[in-house]
Amino acid sequence: MVAWLDPLPDNPLPRMTGSDLWPIVWLSLRVSGTAVLVSALVGVPLGVWLGLPGSRSHNGWRALVHTGMALPPVVVGLMLYLLLSRSGPLGFLGFLYTAKAMIAAQVILALPFVVGITMTAVAAVPRELVPQLRTLGATDRQVRWTVLKESRPGVLLAVAASFGRSVSEVGAVLIVGGDIQGHTRVLTTAIVFETSKGDFNFALALGAALLVLALSVNLAMLRLGGAARLPAAAP
Amino acid sequence: MTTELQQLRLPTTSADADSPAAYHVRQVVKSYGRVQAVDVERLDVAAGEVLCLLGPTGAGKSTLLRLLAALEAPTSGEVIFAGGPLGTEAAAAVRRRVTLVFQRAVLLTDTVRANVEYGLKLRGMRGDAASRIAAVLDRLGLAALADRPAATLSGGQTQLVALARALVLEPEVLLLDEPTANLDPARVALVEEVIGEDKRRRGTTVVWATHNMFQARRVADRVALLLSARLVEAAPTEAFFNRPGDPRTADFVAGRMVY
Repeated sequence: MVAWLDPLPDNPLPRMTGSDLWPIVWLSLRVSGTAVLVSALVGVPLGVWLGLPGSRSHNGWRALVHTGMALPPVVVGLMLYLLLSRSGPLGFLGFLYTAKAMIAAQVILALPFVVGITMTAVAAVPRELVPQLRTLGATDRQVRWTVLKESRPGVLLAVAASFGRSVSEVGAVLIVGGDIQGHTRVLTTAIVFETSKGDFNFALALGAALLVLALSVNLAMLRLGGAARLPAAAP
Repeated sequence: MTTELQQLRLPTTSADADSPAAYHVRQVVKSYGRVQAVDVERLDVAAGEVLCLLGPTGAGKSTLLRLLAALEAPTSGEVIFAGGPLGTEAAAAVRRRVTLVFQRAVLLTDTVRANVEYGLKLRGMRGDAASRIAAVLDRLGLAALADRPAATLSGGQTQLVALARALVLEPEVLLLDEPTANLDPARVALVEEVIGEDKRRRGTTVVWATHNMFQARRVADRVALLLSARLVEAAPTEAFFNRPGDPRTADFVAGRMVY
């Protein structure tokens, strides 16, 4: 690929090839996809609830959500490691160094994004819409559903952004997943590994795969939300 | 159209003492913090009448309409609708019988047709929905706009769609908050005609807030004057304008009112 990036000739580690790439891409997609699915199922209703005008305790929750959006992945990884390690309170689950642990870490990181962006999108719907829906006969559930539909582009952005955060995150999955080849090695941890061992060509291929993955998800969300109204989310 | 308007102008007697009441408002106060928006001791709305709430901006007309629409509960006092008090449990059921058209309508980001269909969908109506929607759009001159996205409408068109989505539900009570504020004179006449027609055809009770006393004179069976949250006087239209019982009504009608 790029000559000056070739590993040194006496590098003792074996070179990676294309057939090693796909299991890694597939695992990344599965782990981050599952994490985003769980985050969306929990986070979208929560975001709608917090976005609608409500009680004063909402403000405390909103502050908490915004803090959650700034959680450093490494710290999340560390906390989760302590919880899941054999002597930790959740050690009995046997999740440490499995895909389940990585999914859990990414849910913790993605959930505040889903809640936060959904909340902001819902709050941007004109306030006077709610009483107008009520007077047309909408029940509380129907009001929430309609407001959610009105904020659809923002909600899709929330999902795209949380996928971007999940799939590009390395600190947490490295700690709780352990970067075990063929088991818990995902795109980001593989890039770290390949770079450290000097296989820059493979690391670059992995990086390209990561970008293509994030781009595809964003394009899919754009199609769902109507291209004109949805700003693209950075991975 | 001329005959319709003439009919509307005729004084009617539908507010007789023995006609059934749609609303009894009793000692109702609604305050927001320390501001009293409504403080009405007693007001009745007869079933099938057009009652105009007249008064300057900020007199409490909109708040009173929100109370009648069961969108808000009074701070104290009671609003009785169809024999029962408007409580929180009854509110949802009442809101299927009473519809308020807001002064500043917010439409859904969808087509005009979908906006008019919304309330019918909430009620699970299918069968004749399409023909009802077509009829309402046609009556209000909106047929050509049916497939336009609501976001592309002018202020006046938006207001007409808001009226259409309420009328299509055929509510027992139609509450209107300045429904013609953004309209040109021809469409003001159209709206007055359509609402008068709806009232005659179905016996709809209409409570119509306006700051325009000429409009009140054209459309109302009875007129109520609100000034700084309080009810000054409620009287049949002809008496209200020609033999006002309160000096403030006389000043308001004569255009001498300084608020």
